[in-house]
Amino acid sequence: MGRAVTMNPRTEVAARTIAPIVVGLVVLGGWQLAVTVGGVDDYLLPAPASIIDQLVEFAPSMLSAGLITGTNALIGLLVGAVLGIVVALFAASARLVDWMAAPVVAALAVIPIVALAPVLNTMFGADSQFGRQAIAALAVFVPVFINTLRGLRQALPVHRDLMAVYAAKPGQVMRTVTLPTATPFVFTGIRIGSSLAVISALVAEYFGGPRGGLGGLISTSAASSAYPRAWAYVIISIVLGLAFYLVTLGAERLAVRRRS
Amino acid sequence: MTQMTGGTDAVSIAGVDKVFETRSGQVQALSGIDLTVAAGEFVSLIGPSGCGKSTLMRLIADLDQPSTGTVSVFGKPAKDARIAQDYGIAFQQAGLLPWRTVEENIELPLSLHGAPKAERAARVAELVSLVGLGDFADRYPDQLSGGMQQRVAIARALAEKPRLLLMDEPFGALDEMTRERMQSELVRICAETGAAVVFVTHSIPEAVFLSDRVVVMSPRPGRIQEIVTMRLAATADREEGLREQHEFFDMITAVREALHQGSPVAAVRGVETR
Repeated sequence: MGRAVTMNPRTEVAARTIAPIVVGLVVLGGWQLAVTVGGVDDYLLPAPASIIDQLVEFAPSMLSAGLITGTNALIGLLVGAVLGIVVALFAASARLVDWMAAPVVAALAVIPIVALAPVLNTMFGADSQFGRQAIAALAVFVPVFINTLRGLRQALPVHRDLMAVYAAKPGQVMRTVTLPTATPFVFTGIRIGSSLAVISALVAEYFGGPRGGLGGLISTSAASSAYPRAWAYVIISIVLGLAFYLVTLGAERLAVRRRS
Repeated sequence: MTQMTGGTDAVSIAGVDKVFETRSGQVQALSGIDLTVAAGEFVSLIGPSGCGKSTLMRLIADLDQPSTGTVSVFGKPAKDARIAQDYGIAFQQAGLLPWRTVEENIELPLSLHGAPKAERAARVAELVSLVGLGDFADRYPDQLSGGMQQRVAIARALAEKPRLLLMDEPFGALDEMTRERMQSELVRICAETGAAVVFVTHSIPEAVFLSDRVVVMSPRPGRIQEIVTMRLAATADREEGLREQHEFFDMITAVREALHQGSPVAAVRGVETR
């Protein structure tokens, strides 16, 4: 009842791969038709073909913009993740640190990027990427910290008893039980943080500082009515975000493999 | 009956009470416990849920401390015995580390205590074949059945050749057939190693089949009701056939009567304490 037709596994994999591609092509085709035949204005919605044109024409600029924003996001991701893990380790080892950190983290979690970006840009000067990297790092710090701290507290009672039975030293308990238990949680935090890093690095560019990144060029292109080009930069941003997400997802899968 | 090797008793418990502080007040888990387990002796603790048998085992393991009284293991305070690794332990859950293979799990106590690599490898190989998991040495716990996981846990408990094994319902989660097989294996392993065992269980036949003596406990507060000595073949000589012999059933009846004798009284006492 209501059960889909059963397929053999091979066909199912193929179908699962092809299905979203078909949807994508249909949407793109419909979009192109709506613009060329339906006469939608270019500034409302440029045709896919003209966006692709721009992608090709401005390829070097697309690449360098992606690299600038990507570098900011990557630095933010790394710094934010390391900070999140280190602070979580302290918070897990001392209740007092946890109590001190909790309100700060809550405050960090609710800071809007748009509020912080102009301030940091002014603080660190108009030609520095530092403000953007700092914003990305902050955005990453919160989920990594929260997830790591949670993970550090997941060690099973039976594993803790076992370590007590073996009279294991604190460092041994950390290496044998606590850290391996926390690892999948850390990677989940990093995966969540990875998308936030790209979004934050990109949005921060709207509020001054050096041009050349994706966010800056999207707003410049849109301001000069180069809508297809603005959309082309948007596509690069999506690709960048996806790349971050997929790499960290892969890392997470690797880390979780043996922990069912 | 029991082999009195080594002189000192494996476990000696004197005048032990255990009170847990909970949010709703004090809970008396154990009251007036006196018990001695000789070296090489197999003693089961049996009783209904809440009779404190697991708590008693945790006191021997120094995972909890008695409120009053003393627990000593091979003549030392329980804490010193734990630090000296005088006992091996297996819990109701196998408690294997899922990110380590069977071999690596068995090796855990050895590597934590800095045994040389070659020695570790030799001992692990020995243990893997002792518990019959030769073909599964490089598997991960999630690739094993419950019974196999429990065997890994027992091998891990035996890794450092302890003279005392503490087992808290290690076969509790297994089906009856696997359980009987594991019991026979445990009898064989104990005969080979000569270790004393304190074995917590819910099952009367299991206690009878394995033990030299069965300690029957009653709940609220947990106390020793009766200690029944098993008038059966020496533990090392027990085989599957025993399960169908009438002296086996006689001992089951004896333990059963010991378990049930106090129950009307216990019920009245239970009403009073509530």
